[in-house]
Amino acid sequence: MKVGVLALQGDFREHVKASQECGHSAVEVRRESELVDIDALILPGGESTTIIHLAQNFNLYQPIKDAIASGLPVYGSCAGMILLADRIVDGIAGQKTFGGLDITVRRNAFGRQVDSFESDLTFHGNQLHAVFIRAPWVEEVAPGVEVLARAADHPVAVRQGNLLATSFHPELTEDLAVHRFFFDEICKGR
Amino acid sequence: MSEATGTARVKRGMAEMLKGGVIMDVVNAEQAKIAEDAGACAVMALERVPADIRAQGGVARMSDPDMIQKIQEAVSIPVMAKVRIGHFVEAQIIESLAVDYIDESEVLTPADYTNHIDKWNFKVPFVCGATNLGEALRRINEGAAMIRSKGEAGTGDVSNAMTHMRTIGGEIRRLTSMRDDELYVAAKELQAPYALVKEVAETGKLPVVLFTAGGIATPADAALMMQMGADGVFIGSGIFKSGNPAQRAAACVKATTFYNDAKVLAEVSRGLGDAMVGINVSDIPVPHRLAERGW
Repeated sequence: MKVGVLALQGDFREHVKASQECGHSAVEVRRESELVDIDALILPGGESTTIIHLAQNFNLYQPIKDAIASGLPVYGSCAGMILLADRIVDGIAGQKTFGGLDITVRRNAFGRQVDSFESDLTFHGNQLHAVFIRAPWVEEVAPGVEVLARAADHPVAVRQGNLLATSFHPELTEDLAVHRFFFDEICKGR
Repeated sequence: MSEATGTARVKRGMAEMLKGGVIMDVVNAEQAKIAEDAGACAVMALERVPADIRAQGGVARMSDPDMIQKIQEAVSIPVMAKVRIGHFVEAQIIESLAVDYIDESEVLTPADYTNHIDKWNFKVPFVCGATNLGEALRRINEGAAMIRSKGEAGTGDVSNAMTHMRTIGGEIRRLTSMRDDELYVAAKELQAPYALVKEVAETGKLPVVLFTAGGIATPADAALMMQMGADGVFIGSGIFKSGNPAQRAAACVKATTFYNDAKVLAEVSRGLGDAMVGINVSDIPVPHRLAERGW
């Protein structure tokens, strides 16, 4: 499988590495032409305002929206979760998202960097160690959105159809469970 | 459920999220907003940009907490602030404001000419400057979670940043080519802890994110540093001392992402108006060069 990782800003190299460790080829995506023949897309951690700004300026905004609408499997971590959410709270004025996931996400919900934390949690029935950095949480989920993990009484991992989002950063740990779930459960058959 | 804040992983991880981005110096809420709208991945709140510190002279200290808080209220992206080298009380004060990153910076007047801050004592992560690998590893040993190569701040002259990126990169490459039994002497020569030297020799990179700073004034400068292996760039005086800050800021953000694409670089370099006037580093007398502060 060929995995695209949106490489406008953030920790895209770590997602490329995790994808390769799961046995897939991975390419960095900065242009529309690099979107065409990928089987899945990962939206990395980083600054959501920076990433969406660059996506809009380099003609990636509509193509990614269209790809999501046409069923491309997409996984977003942290900033990536914000970019996949249909609605955001505490964004900057007029902040757009690619959307597709019928959830409301609160940016920087856990607080500033001094509140960033690591913690054990249960993801889809498996224990894993999660790293949260100025992380968002999910404030509301629509029916049909599956909650895969919770922290501080809020969903922090959700799935709807071919879309997966986590507030935390599995790419910063050695644990490939979330990436494997995305590739093996959501992208299967591709 | 065990929950831990202020760990090395969340401190270093925060810097990972800034990669491929531009961190801009701002002196008020309006500038911070311009930076955020232009796509900055973080802002550095300070009272005077380095060019003004250089022009006005005197002792440069941490910023007024009022001013930092106004910037925190104005933007949603991470806010960093500078403290003087070795001034751990300024760091305690800045940490209490819940700033996202502290820069223990040679741009301010040092408070201690022997010791840096023991950064392990803080929950907030620190970025520190370095002119060579030994200096970078000493800062990491003291708890720095991010390194920026030093340039000559407030000049618009990128030559020092270039020298330091080449030095750090060259010293890393040298370590990777050494036999294991040569690393002990390498550690002695670098004046850095053996464990960190060995780690760099094995991985071929610093254990933390490496940005670059000092003298970057144009999109081409930013791309130059990225092609030299920087994970991202700090732009200080270069934006708000130029003719059209909003446009230049956006251009530098684009250049940092598309650093390998000369067509994009040409496009974003068009019609930017005047760059900051600049000072040649060679015209600054040695005792006034900021990059040489730090030990």
